[in-house]
This record gives sequence, structure tokens and C-alpha cells, in this order.
Amino acid sequence: MIKAILIFNNQGKPRLSKFYQPHSGDAQQQIIRTTFHLVSKRDENVCNFLEGGLLIGGSDNKLNYRHSATLYFVFCVDSSESELGILDLFQVFMETLDKGFENVCELDLTFHVDKVHNILAEMVMGGMVLETNMSEIDSQNKLEKSEAGLAGSPARAVSAVKNMHLPEIPRNINIGDINIKVPNLPYFK
Amino acid sequence: MSDIVERTLTALPGLFLQSQPGGGPAAAKTPFSSRLGGLVRGVTALSSKHEEEKLIQQELSSLKATVSAPTTTLKMMKECMVRLMYCEMLGYDASFGYIHAIKLAQQGNLLEKRVGYLAVSLFLHESHELLLLLVNTVVKDLQSTNLVEVCMALTIVSQIFPREMIPAVLPLIEDKLQHSKEIIRRKAVLALYKFHLIAPNQVQHIHIKFRKALCDRDVGVMAASLHIYLRMIKENSSGYKDLTGSFVTILKQVVGGKLPVDFNYHSVPAPWLQIQLLRILGLLGKDDQRTSELMYDVLDESLRRAELNHNVTYAILFECVHTVYSIYPKSELLEKAAKCIGKFVLSPKINLKYLGLKALTCVVQQDPSLALQHQMTIIECLDHPDPIIKRETLELLYRITNSQNVTVIVQKMLEYLHQSKEEYIIVNLVGKIAELAEKYAPDNVWFIQTMNAVFSVGGDVMHPDIPSNFLRLLAEGFDDEMEEQQLRLYAVQSYLSLLDMENVFYPQKFLQVMSWVLGEYSYLLDTEKPEDVIKRLYKLLMSDSISSETKAWLIAAVTKLTAQAQASDTVERVIQEFTVSLDTCIRQHTFELKHLRENVEVMKSLLPVNKSCEDMVVDASLSFLDGYVAEGLSQGAAPYKPHHQRQEEKLSQEKVLNFEPYGLSFSSSGFTGRQSPAGISLGSDISGNSAEAGLKETNSLKLEGVKKLWGKEGYLPQKESAAGDGAEAPPLPPEVSPSENIDQAAAKRTQAQVLAPSKEEKEKQLLASSLFVGLGSESTVSLLGKPDVISHKFRRKSKVKAAKSGEAASTHNLTCSSLNSLSHVAYEENDYLTALQDGEDTESKDLPLGPELSDSESLSELPLAEKVSDCSLSALSLFADSDMEIFQPPSSAAASLTRDIASASCFLEETAGDMCSGRMEVCSDETVSVSSYKLWKDDCLLMVWSVTSKSGSQLKGADLDIFPAQNFKISEQRGCCLPVMEAGSTKNFQYSLQMEKPFTEENLSGFVNYQMVDTHSVQLEFSVNLSLLDFIRPLKISTEDFGKLWLSFANDVKQNIKISEPQAALPSALKMLQQKLRLHVVDIQGNEGLLACRLLPSTSSLLHCRVHADGLALWFRSSCPALPDYLSYQCQKVMMVGPGI
Repeated sequence: MIKAILIFNNQGKPRLSKFYQPHSGDAQQQIIRTTFHLVSKRDENVCNFLEGGLLIGGSDNKLNYRHSATLYFVFCVDSSESELGILDLFQVFMETLDKGFENVCELDLTFHVDKVHNILAEMVMGGMVLETNMSEIDSQNKLEKSEAGLAGSPARAVSAVKNMHLPEIPRNINIGDINIKVPNLPYFK
Repeated sequence: MSDIVERTLTALPGLFLQSQPGGGPAAAKTPFSSRLGGLVRGVTALSSKHEEEKLIQQELSSLKATVSAPTTTLKMMKECMVRLMYCEMLGYDASFGYIHAIKLAQQGNLLEKRVGYLAVSLFLHESHELLLLLVNTVVKDLQSTNLVEVCMALTIVSQIFPREMIPAVLPLIEDKLQHSKEIIRRKAVLALYKFHLIAPNQVQHIHIKFRKALCDRDVGVMAASLHIYLRMIKENSSGYKDLTGSFVTILKQVVGGKLPVDFNYHSVPAPWLQIQLLRILGLLGKDDQRTSELMYDVLDESLRRAELNHNVTYAILFECVHTVYSIYPKSELLEKAAKCIGKFVLSPKINLKYLGLKALTCVVQQDPSLALQHQMTIIECLDHPDPIIKRETLELLYRITNSQNVTVIVQKMLEYLHQSKEEYIIVNLVGKIAELAEKYAPDNVWFIQTMNAVFSVGGDVMHPDIPSNFLRLLAEGFDDEMEEQQLRLYAVQSYLSLLDMENVFYPQKFLQVMSWVLGEYSYLLDTEKPEDVIKRLYKLLMSDSISSETKAWLIAAVTKLTAQAQASDTVERVIQEFTVSLDTCIRQHTFELKHLRENVEVMKSLLPVNKSCEDMVVDASLSFLDGYVAEGLSQGAAPYKPHHQRQEEKLSQEKVLNFEPYGLSFSSSGFTGRQSPAGISLGSDISGNSAEAGLKETNSLKLEGVKKLWGKEGYLPQKESAAGDGAEAPPLPPEVSPSENIDQAAAKRTQAQVLAPSKEEKEKQLLASSLFVGLGSESTVSLLGKPDVISHKFRRKSKVKAAKSGEAASTHNLTCSSLNSLSHVAYEENDYLTALQDGEDTESKDLPLGPELSDSESLSELPLAEKVSDCSLSALSLFADSDMEIFQPPSSAAASLTRDIASASCFLEETAGDMCSGRMEVCSDETVSVSSYKLWKDDCLLMVWSVTSKSGSQLKGADLDIFPAQNFKISEQRGCCLPVMEAGSTKNFQYSLQMEKPFTEENLSGFVNYQMVDTHSVQLEFSVNLSLLDFIRPLKISTEDFGKLWLSFANDVKQNIKISEPQAALPSALKMLQQKLRLHVVDIQGNEGLLACRLLPSTSSLLHCRVHADGLALWFRSSCPALPDYLSYQCQKVMMVGPGI
């Protein structure tokens, strides 16, 4: 299980923190600080795994981290996750962010925390890896967008659209098609 | 056609949105978004934490005003939430916004709702009270026709949801498992997984639906269900063996590339899915040949396929290797897996190297030759710049340590220890070094020096067991008197020389160890007088860096030494200095010292030389205080009342109601002290009437009370009385074996050559030879012989661990009690006593009900034991004369047993009240079979195992042992072992079980050792499954009492069960609950029924059933939070099966 996902920059400023287990506000700050302290003093050419020890409860936990440009991505996981698997999850996460923001940079994450959270929620749900397929994560997000747009319209019309389309679409055809037909609403930019 | 309609409709929202006032959303959004931007920029530009705080507080107060203003629109609220999230992330309290986040989730349109939910999931935690307000929103959204709303609701449920509200959403989420959209099904499965984690009992009935999810036509849903299965199989692998075939088939398809292409990740088919499946297979195939055989093929296939050179294929390979090594071995696969490990270890990529070392660490005990193959890589990793790699290497070395390479390995560990600063690593490593040193120490000097290093580095963070084990080892000694004295002498010498060093600071724990050793064993020194040692201790005492706890240890040491060196000025100075100390504990010790010095005889008898392990007779009743107490009473002092009595009186003044109607002990009711008999209150009775206390002491003497009088400081953890018996250390080897000498020499040489770079290679090889000696077949000592070699030094560890629990309570008893009679001298210090009693009172409150419980238990065990022996006797003979296996329903077991047995007339009377389960064979081999049955006694669960010889021949030395389980208290009922019967072919063992911690299902395992005539002894393992139900007993109370209890219980669960013909069903349903769940039917009134039960020992639960039009409404209440859930599940199960079965 994934216990926590943290993103902070080279100065240790948190950019995103998501805990899948309850911690008090102070404990969360403490965890972020210690994690930054542990991670930031690692050299560039060392392995991506760290033993977090007593950090987030239980010595079973490990920190998997990745440093890219100005940001540190840290996943705190327990022994039921594969280390290398998590490393590739970073890859998926970053590539999805890249798709979502077009050349993602630290500023994107800072200014659109909610969007990043939403992407993350499609990937990891309650500490469990839910989806690792980038286009799927993306399309889920876009689906929400399009549905959000529909929400403004009369309910009957919306349900007519949905009933007409959504069920029984096989997965590999992708529901994402709908988005193409919702062109350039200024609202979503 | 539909395309056109669709396009029109999807364009609609845009039109609607554009017609909104304020020039459209873009215009409305800008100012808010830029505010967040401004905030972020502002924070980033600041240089100090203080400024940041000021800015954020400013921001928060403006936000507070905005969110509570009635004019704030939802859209503005959404932006406010994002800013609040930012502030919370930086660690500032934004609790004023929580309620608004919930409101936003409730009222907003989709986008706003999403932000609302997100904010809620970030702000609140599972037990936050505001979360209850969200439940309704979640229920509404779950029923929504809008997919996105359903998704959001499912996401929030799996992130945070109040446990007690699960029943409100459970049916809705269950329905979602049949939803037509795969994403909804997938999220529903994960939400249910979350429920399984936090309240497993409530989702037990939908396990069958999990199976459906596993067979879902969508791969994503199936993958989600694997999370659940991985978890459940980890908990209990035996229940899911039947799924092995399915998992293998799925994995085969995945590996074979049968999945749609969009599941590929870098052209590897669904790697995460593969990893999950491999883990599940590893768990299923563990120690199970038949199951393992099913998966050999697919594992082989996976190993073969995973040859692409991408990171994620290595992840799969690693899992493969792991699985291959954890299932029942197959040499062909092992060979391939070993090759894979090689790939990892030799890889230039550091992550892979790390995993390779990890894999080696896992498998090295199964296959030590693997470590030999890679020894040069391991040596290189020891000097790797990455500390994590180094640590993993040390972990590996720790696993292969034996008596021949221990010095080198421990030295490497110490080197690492000196460099690391993280507490976690220090604690971990120090523990390992201490363990290795105790197990394999080659000689005394090395042992003491290593322990010195451990204490000085580990200092005050290390596990408290380490110093106490060390001291126990010194104190208890071993068989060889000479060796033992030398060890002690060397310890004393080394500590003295350490203390002589100037300007060196040692951790407090280390100083405490030193002071104890010096106090006890300085007499062994020829060269120095006790006076000299006292001087050194005095110097320490006067130093500023010493904590008061350590001071107490030091004064205790001084006291011991004073007995040996009568006239000492230093002692005089100590007394002067510390009789005025502000620390009462130290002052007390000093007074003891002062008074003892005035009576040399008493002092010598109290503090004998080298007797730290011997028992002393103590007047635990403190009868010598009688005179003092009588005097006090005659002068009009109020008689002493124990703390619990006082508290009770206070309570009874406050409340007029009598809260104690049933004579049951509700341990959680808060009035714990009330029924406590002797055990707890012993210590606090002292000043009242010591005669009474003395009496109590005769039936159950618990020395805790006495111990506390003296506080723990200054008195050392020593051998507790329980550990005294039969604890013998094996003899020391008279000399170090030659091979060890060679190793040491090799190691030294290695160190000597560290500076010569040209010989680096050679040096490494030398190091390797010293590290890996004793591994593999070519070395002098084979690994098989290792267990014997292991413990020729101080074999204390295992026993120590076993005795640990007892030790916690009674470690201090001996020395403390030996000093107890000091109170003769000290009792004029009247205020001490009272002060201590107060302390005592609080202590006794903290004590668990343990002693009391065990008391009542041991009383009831006597008659019980007789009953049991009768019962099992009859059951046995029944079993013996008919060869068939007997499975009887519990209710009829007693009856049918009696019918068959001629000698059962007494049995009928005695077991009529107790029910017993059918006999089940738990394990067997060609000569014996072991069967067990449960006897649900009124106060415990009695497990009876009988070992029967199949051939009918004599069983010699059959012995049965139960592995300790953390949730049970297991006590063997020795007294009731049956007399030898049926030519000695059967032997019975009975254990009474008490539950310590509630659980739903638990395995109890143990083993049987037996010896047939002229063969060696054989060991058979078995395990028995116990459920909470085994510990449920009827609670016989009146309706009136039921009513009172009902109100006093806080935890409740309601449940509706659909049954046919509800009106007629009530009596039969109640009867069934009575029979199957052992509930007591208290009353039936019209269409309502009351039932009660208790969970052993004393947690009670009540059930109220009411029949209504379409079913039965069950309402459980209990004092224990987990019990209602569990009972409701069990009731459901019983009802579902129906009365017919």
C-alpha cells in the first residue's frame, strides 16, 4: 500500500502532499521536513530507495523517491509494493502530468494543485494503484471535464446524452472520444 | 444521426455557460486564480519563516472573512478552497474552512463539488466529527445518474469514511459492482477493499462478490480485486488455495500478451498486474507442494519472457525470483532464479544492485552458496558510496554470520555505525551487533569491547533490552566459574580505564551499566581498593552531565561498595552532598546509605558480595510497621483506605444509583478498581492493616506492589524468579579453536594492508575469505553443523525473549525487595512513606486487571480440570472402539457421547452445561494421529488434543507444545492428564484458552514430539482455527438488567435481515441464535426479542430483535466496539443458512 505521496522542491517547499493514512497536521509537516532532509542530502548517483524507518509508522516502510529538475517526488510505501514498480509509477505520473500541462514545470504544480490531485486520484485510490495507463488517466480527467460542462445544462438533456452513449462502450474504444466534440470551452483553459 | 444529436447536446453547456452574467467564467476566474498566484509568489519571495507566517496568517484571516460572507458564490468558494489547501499544505491551520469544504461538496456543480471533495479528503481524517455531515452527500452522489459524481463519491469513500457509517453506503456500493461502466466497478471494488481494511466484519458477506470481480470481463476491475486478494491471502492463505488455478490462468494470459494493447507499458504487458499476481502466487505456494506445482510452468514462462531491458521487466523478474524462492522449491526454477539474482547483483545500475542484495538477503539462508558466488561483489558493496547499499550488504552479512566470521562482520557493522547519524539505523544496527556478540563472541575481551562500543554509540536510543540482557548475562554467569570471573573482571577493568579518561562523555545508559558492574564486581580487583572505585563514582556523581536516574544507579553502586570499604571519606561526602538533594529518589537512597552505614552488620547481610541473583526473604506485609500504624490510629488518624475504595466512595457520593447489578466484571466500565481483590491492592494496603495484607499475600503474592515502593532507579534489572529455574548457560569452550585464530589473523592482516592500494585486489580476497568462512560445503564447518556451533558462548538470547513478558513486571523484584527491609531504618522519614504511597496509588490504578483475572481463573480451573478429564476420557473411548471419524454438531455432541459410554453417568452431570465440538483430526503420519476438539467451558475455551498411536503400541515420551500466540492466554492443564489408557496408545493434552485481544479468526498452532520404541523422535506440526465465536457464552440476565445494561453501552450496530414469514420466524430465529451462537434469550415480548451474550472473559453484548413486515431488525450493543459488527455478521450468516440446516 502507498502510505503517502509527497512532492517538494529543492528548497523543501511542499508542492503536493497526500497522505493515505491519518496523521495530524503537525505530524504531516514533520514527515515532510524529515523526508526532505533525508532525500535532499542524497547524491545524484545513488539508488532511489530509502528506509524511512520510524517516519510514517512501522519500520516496514520505504521511501521511493525521484529527483527531476527542481522537484522531488517521494512515495512512501510499505513492503507490499514492488520497489521498481513504484519507480515506474513515477514515470507514469510524470508523463501524465506532462500531457496534462504540456511541458510540466514546478509552477504548474503550484498553481494547479487541485488538478494534480485529480490526476493523482485517478492513479492511486486510497493508497492502491488504480490505473497505470496514461491515456486512461487522462481520459478520465477529461471525462470529468466534459461531464462538468454538461452539468450546467438541463438534466434531461444530459442524461439523454449519457444514456445514448456511455454504457456498453468497450474500453479500448475509449470514452475519451466525447471530449473531441466539446471544443474549446474557454472555461476549461 | 446520433452523432449529430450528441454534438448538439455536448455543445449545450458551452452555450449555457457563456450566457452567465459577469462576462463568462474566464472573467470570473481570473482575479481568484491570480490571488492564489499572488500568494504563492509572495510566499516564494519571502526569505524567513517568520515573514511567511505573517503573510499566511494575513491571507487566512482574509479567507476567513470571504468564506463566511453570505455573498460569496460557490465559484469563489472553490477558489478559496484551493488557497486554503495551499495554506494547509504549508502547515497552517485552516480549520475554519472545513465546514465550507463540506458544503461545497454538497452544493456545488461538478467542478466545484470535485474541489470540495478534494478539500475534504485533504483536511479531515477518518474520525473527524464533521465527516458525518458528508455522509448524506456521499449517499446522494452514489445514487446520482452522473458517472462523475458516482466516481467522486467512491473516491472519497476510499480515502476517508467514518467506520460507523459504512452500513449507510454499503448496499449502494455493492450495487455498483454490477454497474455497466468498468471504471465504476473498479472504484467500487477498491472502496470495498477500504472497508475490508477498516471493518472487515462488515464486508465478509460480500466475499462472493469479490470473486465475481476477479472474473470480471474488464481487466481493470480484475486488477483492482487483486488488491483485496493479496491482502486476504496474506492473512489466511489456506482459504484461497482453490483460486490458485485462476491466478495462474490470468498470469498466463497476461504473460502471453492476450491483453488489449493499451494495457502495455513500454511494450511490457500490464507489468503491475504481473507483479501483483506473482506476489499472490508466492503466498499461495508457500510450503505447499501441490499448489506450487500448479505454478511452475507459468513462473518458468515469466522468467523466460522477461528479457527486455527495461526497468519494469526487472521489477517483474525480481518478483519472479522472490516467488520461486518462497514456494515449494523446484531445482530447475531455482537455478534460473539464481541466475537472475546474479543479473541484479552484477548490474551497473544501482537500483538493481540494491534489489539484488535484497534478494540475496532473502535467499541466503536457503542457499548460502549463492553468497559465495557473489562474494567479490558483496565486498565491493561494503565500500559503496551509497549508505543504503552498504546497509543492505550488512544486513546480508548479518544473515550469514557464524562464530568464525563474527569478528570481521561486527567490525564492519561498527564502522558503519560510527558514520551514521540516523536514529533508526543506529537502533537497528546496535541491536544486531549486540545479538551477534552475545551469540558468537569468540572471547571475553572481544565481547566486552564490542559491547562497550555498542553502549557508547547506541547510547540512549538503543532498545532497553540490550543493557539488561548484558547485565543478566554477567550476573547469572555460566557453568565455567573461571571464565565467568574473568569476564566480570575484564568488564570492571575496562570500565575503570574508560572512566579514567578525561573529557569523555558517555551515554547515560552506558554509565548505568558501568555503575552496576562496578558496584557488584569491583571486589574481584586485586589492584584497587573499593575506596578508589568509590572515588571515581563520586567524581561522576558530581559531574553536571549526569541525569538523576543515573545518579540513583551510581549511589546504589556506592552503597554496595560501602559495605566492603567501611571507613571512607568519600562516602561521607556523598552523604553530605545528597541528603539535601531536591530529587526525592536520590535523597531517599542517600538516607538509606546513611543509616546502613551506622549498622555495619545489617549492611553486610543486606548487601552480600556476588549474590545478586539469589532470592531473599522479604516481609511483604510490612508487619514491622504495625506499631507505627497502631500509634497513628490511637491518636485519631483515619484508617487507610486503598485508592480504589476511596475513589468508589467518592463516586457513590456523586451518584446515587448502584451501577453494579450483575456481579459481572465489566473491565471497561471505568470502575476498574472496584472488584479488585488481593492482587492489585496489596501495595496500597500497607498502612491500613498489614495483618490483612499479609493474609492476602499468602494466597497470591504479587510483589509488584512492594517493588514500586522503592522505585526502579538504582536497582538493577536482574534475574526474575521465574527465569531462575532451569536456566543454565552452556559451558564455555576452554579455548578458541584454531580456525578462529586464523580468521582473526586474516582479518588483522586485512586491516594492516588497507593503505596499500596496489594490493587492493588481494586484500579484498582476504576479506572475502574471512567473511565467507563457514559458508558452503568447501569450508571446514558445514552449514548444517551451524546450529550447534552457534551458541557455544552465551546462549541466553532465546530464553530471554521468552521470559521477557514476565520480566517486565518483576525484574526489579529481587534486589528491590532485598533492600526492602531497609524501611526499618528509613521509616522515620515519615513523609517518604506517604509520598511513596501516593505514587503507589497511581501505580495500582495503572495495573491491568491481570492478577485479579488470573486469580479467579485458577480457582475455577480445579473443578474444571476434573470435568474435562472425564469428558475427554469418554470421548476417547468412543473414538477408540469405532474406527470412523466422528463429526458431531455441537448441540448434540454431549448427548451422543453419553449415550455411547457406559461409564458416563458422572460425565452426564458434569458436562451437561458445557458443549463440545466434534473431534477433528489435525495431523497424522504413519504412526500417530493427532485430533482435537473444543470444549466451550463457561469461563474459557478448553482445547483438547489427543495423540493416538495407530499401531496401538506404546507411545514413548509424547509431548505436545503450543506456539505462543499473541491474542491468547494459553495455560496447560497438567493436573488433568489422563492416566495411561488403551495400552498407552493415546495421550491427551488440554489447554485452556483465554482471549486477550479480540480477533475474528486466528490460527493456533503447535507441534507434537513423540518417540516410538527404538526410533529417534519425530515432530509433527498442526494448527487449529479458532474464531471469536468460540469465546462467546450466554449471559444470563433478567429483562430489567438488560434494560439497564442497554443504556450503558455505547457501541451499536443495526442490521436488517430479510427472512420469509417474519411473523412466524421469531421464536425459531431466536432459538437458532441460541443454539448456534450461544446467545441467551432473555425475553420475548410480542414481535420483539432480547438476547444477551458475553465474550470471555467479561465483555458483554446485547441484541434486540424486532420483526417487521419484510424481515428481522437486529440491533446490537456492546461495551466493546468490535463486537457488534462481528455478531451482526455471524447472525446474518446463521440466518442466511436458514433454520433447515
